[in-house]
Amino acid sequence: MSTSNTDRLIIAGKDYGSRLLVGTGKYKDMDETARAIAASSAEIVTIAVRRTNIGQNRDEPNILDVLPPDRYTILPNTAGCYDVDTAVRTCRLARELLDGHNLVKLEVLGDEKTLFPDVIATLKAAEILVKDDFEVMVYTNDDPIVARELEAIGCVAVMPLAAPIGSGLGIRNPLNIRTIVENAKVPIIVDAGVGTASDAAVAMELGCDGVLMNTAIAAAKNPVLMASAMRKAIEAGREAFLAGRMPAKRFASASSPIEGLFF
Amino acid sequence: MKIILNGAPREIADGMRVSELVEYLEMLGQRFAIEVNAELIPRSHFAEHRLAADDRVEIIQAVGGG
Repeated sequence: MSTSNTDRLIIAGKDYGSRLLVGTGKYKDMDETARAIAASSAEIVTIAVRRTNIGQNRDEPNILDVLPPDRYTILPNTAGCYDVDTAVRTCRLARELLDGHNLVKLEVLGDEKTLFPDVIATLKAAEILVKDDFEVMVYTNDDPIVARELEAIGCVAVMPLAAPIGSGLGIRNPLNIRTIVENAKVPIIVDAGVGTASDAAVAMELGCDGVLMNTAIAAAKNPVLMASAMRKAIEAGREAFLAGRMPAKRFASASSPIEGLFF
Repeated sequence: MKIILNGAPREIADGMRVSELVEYLEMLGQRFAIEVNAELIPRSHFAEHRLAADDRVEIIQAVGGG
């Protein structure tokens, strides 16, 4: 029994069969990017917005040639932005770049060492972007109060970190993630920090609606194989969450009947 | 006149329009977006927007990222 046809992820009114969202950075080349993303079955892929190399590499393929916007939901991010103004400018450029597509991943960073979000600036930027008709998926800390506030502002998805971006440390604060999920009416997507398949499964078992990852796949020895592992982990974790796990007990409980023993 | 194009000084013809700059840089047919002095210039305004000396022009594209 598969739930993939009935159990859909809905973000900003659009529904998706895959609950794995992937980044497109740090790959060896465009070919590896394309193969890993195909193996992940992700439908939502993030991109960054950067200066063009004017006069250089004119024939170099662009990421949007490899991941055409008519096949993927492109999620431009504001990575590298440390203040409200640059994050808002980046989103406006991205919307123009993508012909009015208004879904964005907002991240306003506070510190280069941790890449933790500047939540005060994030809240301000989210408010401006929502008023400017953006559909904002927002990277934030694993703080239930901030998550609630971002939802109240009108963000279409709230994306708490599991651990610092690119760290692969796994879910450092599962209880906070669970609290965020329980409070929320918008999708909660763990963004950043997963290192391997079991981390992704744990996020889904906690009730998250999806997981967004980049480095865990791109920095694996075999990114294409890891992308496939992540796809399965997300599906397994989601099904386990929906199935409802057994209560954990301290002591044993025999699986075979006691009655009818012949000795 | 001199403008700052993607962070570097650049000489262009006086009063060049954004559409002319795009042509001059041989970027027609590519996917990009432009801001001038931190303000987005929609594609539909390229033909009417004249650049001025010392304008800071950013031409951006999509790249791989997380």
